[in-house]
Amino acid sequence: MVAHESSSQKEPIFMATTLGAGQEQPAAQNIGITTARGPEPRRGSLQKRPRPVDGLVRILLFFCGILSIFTTIALIIVLLSESIAFFTSGLVTLPEFIFGTRWQPVAGEFGILPLLNATIVTSFWAMVVALPLGIGGAIYLSEYAKGSTRDKLKPILEILAGIPTVTYGFFALTFMTPVLRVILGENNVSIYNMLSAGLVMGIMILPTIASMSEDALRAVPNSLREASYGLGATKFETISKVVVPAALSGLIASFIVGIARAVGETMIVALAAGAGPVANLTVNPLGSGETVTGHIARISGGDLSYASIDYQSLFALGLALFVFTLALNFISQWVTRRFREVYQ
Amino acid sequence: MAVNTISSETQEYLRDEDAFKRNLRSRHFRGRLWRRFFQLALVAAFLALIALFFNILNSALGYVVEDYAINPITLAANGDLGALPEEELVMILVENRANRLPVYVRDYLYAGDPAVFTTLPLSALLSNTVLPAGTADLTIRELSVEQQAELLLNNIGQPQLIAIVEEQVIEPTILQTWSLTASLFERDQIEAEFQENYAAQGATLFFKSWINLDFLTSPMSSNPAAAGARTAILGTLYVVIVTIFIAFPIGVGAAIYLEEYTSGSQNSRTARINRLIETNIRNLAGVPSIIYGLLGLAIFVRALSPVTGGRTIISAALTMALLILPVIIINAQEAIRAVPSSLREASYGLGATRWQTIYKVVLPSALPGILTGTILGMSRAIGETAPLIIIGASTFILFDPTGLQSKFTVLPILIYNWTSRPQDEYRVAAAAGIIVLLILLLILNATAIILRQRARRSLTA
Repeated sequence: MVAHESSSQKEPIFMATTLGAGQEQPAAQNIGITTARGPEPRRGSLQKRPRPVDGLVRILLFFCGILSIFTTIALIIVLLSESIAFFTSGLVTLPEFIFGTRWQPVAGEFGILPLLNATIVTSFWAMVVALPLGIGGAIYLSEYAKGSTRDKLKPILEILAGIPTVTYGFFALTFMTPVLRVILGENNVSIYNMLSAGLVMGIMILPTIASMSEDALRAVPNSLREASYGLGATKFETISKVVVPAALSGLIASFIVGIARAVGETMIVALAAGAGPVANLTVNPLGSGETVTGHIARISGGDLSYASIDYQSLFALGLALFVFTLALNFISQWVTRRFREVYQ
Repeated sequence: MAVNTISSETQEYLRDEDAFKRNLRSRHFRGRLWRRFFQLALVAAFLALIALFFNILNSALGYVVEDYAINPITLAANGDLGALPEEELVMILVENRANRLPVYVRDYLYAGDPAVFTTLPLSALLSNTVLPAGTADLTIRELSVEQQAELLLNNIGQPQLIAIVEEQVIEPTILQTWSLTASLFERDQIEAEFQENYAAQGATLFFKSWINLDFLTSPMSSNPAAAGARTAILGTLYVVIVTIFIAFPIGVGAAIYLEEYTSGSQNSRTARINRLIETNIRNLAGVPSIIYGLLGLAIFVRALSPVTGGRTIISAALTMALLILPVIIINAQEAIRAVPSSLREASYGLGATRWQTIYKVVLPSALPGILTGTILGMSRAIGETAPLIIIGASTFILFDPTGLQSKFTVLPILIYNWTSRPQDEYRVAAAAGIIVLLILLLILNATAIILRQRARRSLTA
């Protein structure tokens, strides 16, 4: 490294490596000192040149990385502080919020159950559509379809996944609802109904479930399938008794992520499920109902004053939604970790 | 239990080969049946997609009955307002709607609080406009009609004047709309219905494509017949571009930090930071978008309102940037991870520092992947509606966005707003808006696919 610097230093190095032991010890020490911390600045010393850019960049990149943590912290602080303001306003207590069966801000009643009820009903119907179709489609793509067919079929799911949710809302209101009203009778189905919103939400979630499930199914090693065939099982028996049980953790995880998406979805329910919380807790999907997200979207549009109880109630609802979806995500990650079958 | 059934079945097969063969047929039959069901799942998805697109096209095209307060043919040759100079357009307004001129000034030139509009002098209200001589200290009510007309003429361009004339003077009203299928297959019936109900009052029946050049270029309107999407399209582009300018550098920076500085680190503290950030990003990606809207409302709109100006483009872009950061980071991480380490080692071997290696070796070869991820994030930002509703994007806005602190609206909000109205003519306009939105997304995704293929080619070459 320092060999090209000056002849007076070069020579002892050569002597150290080529000559006898008498000269060797001090020369080696000499090298160590001159390379590591020589007194005068050296032109060729790459190792010790200060690199301010590298240090600065590292700090900048660190802040980019840590920003996501700040986002989470800000999210929690914002949701918590407004929720605390909501619950200490004297108008509503936490038990009333959780167990109250009426949501009438005008009358000072803030029970989350009617909103939650609509969320559960729409999510249930979404999963009724998305779960069998999503997993069925994933099994077909992973087990039956050949490479070229798969390449042709997958764009269908990718396009469905890329369509903005407001478009699905339009579809639910102007296509699904009229179709349901023709099939089930005009008098039975209201113009805004939870079934239409739920079914369309199922179509929206289908690609998520299908692609996660397909990944899980394809991760099952071929040796298992071959062993099953070797025992004389048919293709379907192999799938139902070997491949699906082996991929079960991934399938359950996709199911849970699907629920989380249904619970958090806003535009479809805001457009098609109805405005105004229903008075009674009905599970009849043919009537209208306002979900948690739908309610947040409806009352936050326009000029909401910042100190009002309505403003604070949004954050209490948001906190409930946040905790619920976060819990679902954690469960899905835990299921994947806990029940994953690892094959060598 | 499973073991028992298998063994008893096996015993039976061993005793009786015919039973085995019979059973085999039913086993295969069951297999074929389920295979059909699995296939059906994809067919259902495909049918849903077809129905979705069909429904949009079916709404956006079709026969309409339109009626005018004043027929445009009486105003301009062939009813073509575009051929008229600005002076004549203002003259039409003066002749027909002289008392409404101050309202046009307010709607098209003034962006402040409507409550003080009639009481303050013009110089305080309209800072960026050319005022007629000697009117700076007068309020709008004190101006003569000629001065008000001059004010409009000096400051409003021809496209907006045409929009005002169309909306306020011609006042086209849509009396009825028909879907595309009805227009194609039941034309006689439509014609009969038109003759019976509308022909007497002088209305016209014609085939209208709601998606047309006027729709793209005219501003919003309270009248669905004249409604356009220009302010919303510009707002969408504005918000998305600002969002990307914020999210791209931060997202790529975070991905570099995670992959090149902390991933697989021997230092236990760095490894812990890496794990913490990674878990955090995965969880943020699962948070519903509406929650980001609440975050944006509390922080960018409310707490930072002196900087952002409240419900403005910059608030929207910052909220959207937080929303799409996980998408960009996760995709950029994958792209960076795919760069072979031999490239990095070669760079280090040549004496490059870590940042030099990242900047000159890793980033260029990961760029196509990073850009693909960024475009995915952009698509998400274009289509997202809920967070922008929460932070209060305006639903009705007449002027184009002018800067970061300008009020705005975006296409999905426009579509939401139109769809949620009960009148059919708004629903069909919403369908036209959806087509514009989908075309924007199509262009973006086509770009992403081209980038991905180019990247694949350069890797194999």
